[in-house]
Amino acid sequence: MQRRRTGNAFYVCYLLLAIAFGAVFAFATDSLSYLPTLAEGALITVEITLMAAVLGVFMAFVSGLARLYAPWPLKWIAVAYIEIFRGTSALVQLFWLYFVLPQFGLELSALWAAVLGLGLHVGGYGAEIVRGTVAAVPRAQWEASTALNLAPLHALRRIILPQALAAMIPPWGNLTIELLKLTSLVSLITLADLTFRAQQINLATFRTVEVFTLMLVAYLILSLLLTLAIRWLDRHLALRFGRMA
Amino acid sequence: MNDIFDLNFAISILPSLGQAALVTIQMTVAGFLVALPVGLLLVCLRLYTAAPISYATIGVMEFLRSTPLLAQLFFMYFVFPLWGINISATMIGIIGLGLHYGAYYSEVFRGGIESVPRTQWEATTALNLSPSRAFLRIILPQALVPVVPAIGNYLIALFKETPILSAIAVAELMQRAKVIGADTFRYTEPITLTGIFFLVMSLLSATGVRWLERRMRKGTR
Repeated sequence: MQRRRTGNAFYVCYLLLAIAFGAVFAFATDSLSYLPTLAEGALITVEITLMAAVLGVFMAFVSGLARLYAPWPLKWIAVAYIEIFRGTSALVQLFWLYFVLPQFGLELSALWAAVLGLGLHVGGYGAEIVRGTVAAVPRAQWEASTALNLAPLHALRRIILPQALAAMIPPWGNLTIELLKLTSLVSLITLADLTFRAQQINLATFRTVEVFTLMLVAYLILSLLLTLAIRWLDRHLALRFGRMA
Repeated sequence: MNDIFDLNFAISILPSLGQAALVTIQMTVAGFLVALPVGLLLVCLRLYTAAPISYATIGVMEFLRSTPLLAQLFFMYFVFPLWGINISATMIGIIGLGLHYGAYYSEVFRGGIESVPRTQWEATTALNLSPSRAFLRIILPQALVPVVPAIGNYLIALFKETPILSAIAVAELMQRAKVIGADTFRYTEPITLTGIFFLVMSLLSATGVRWLERRMRKGTR
């Protein structure tokens, strides 16, 4: 059995290969003219990923910590939120926000439905990451904080969370890549992301093979960039805060 | 349209939704049955072949994992007919789910295989077993048992991704809910019921996986 390592070098090589393939393929099949439209779509994909990630991180910390430490009414609200958004499909949630909410008199634009839906969805998964890593900080750290006469909130913020944060980065990284992939669903509620743009070009030109190949390559490039960014952040934070054994 | 949630209407669409829910479950099982051998093939190619094939396999696996299922489905749905491959949307859905989750399963299997002690291989050599026989009869069973909960968790994840198949018009639950919504202009009931179905099923199956995990921990002690 060989253990092939996939370190930074692997991902950088793969990224360069993907970019080179995309460029050569676009040139060889004479489809360079579609790249600006696809890039527009990719920009929307990135924007939605970032906005949903911000909402997701916020919801994850609030509900993850509430599930651990809040008094019972808040705690059960957090549990309900986490279980509902983890237990149903992202697409069902998006459709619910986009088609059902207006019937309750709350009209959301497609963009806000997308950000809200994906953000809340990812927040539910992130809450379990927060809960797991915070709970994994050794008990003795709490006891030491008490011995040093730190208030509980102060101890949480300055002692416990920084240690949990270092352990959180790899699972958050995976979740962010899942989020990037989930953004393709927003094309189904009429947002002009990468998937939507590819379909649009396909309908207009019937250059099916070229357009959908370039779309997949574009997603691959975005994912690899994200992977590299997360690996960099992970190394950085591990050095900054130290990693629990 | 006065009622926010019309219970009578909800009950009247239950049989239709129930039928489609059955399709959802069929797609889940079929996708799972494709994903397992795909995952096994990928992990074998990764671990037991020469460097070029091994790295190519990692490349394929990373590609399958890091591009959206929806994008992969669209590619197969629109491009395959041009290549003369005429298969139904249902088959494309099953293949899509199988390949996508096969990539995830290959990582799960790798974790299991790498956790089997090296000495097990040495013992099979000492017993003069052929490598393939050693892998299938000695290594794989030991590798699979500890990852059963992970396999279960990804099965639940796969189940929750089946609504994406509605984008290529597979007649599963989400598609039926959309059709009912378009016919009656009432989206609240069908989509809410769809959500409840997924919630109940995944809570139940998550409990099942936790039970399995506890049982196995007891078994290994």
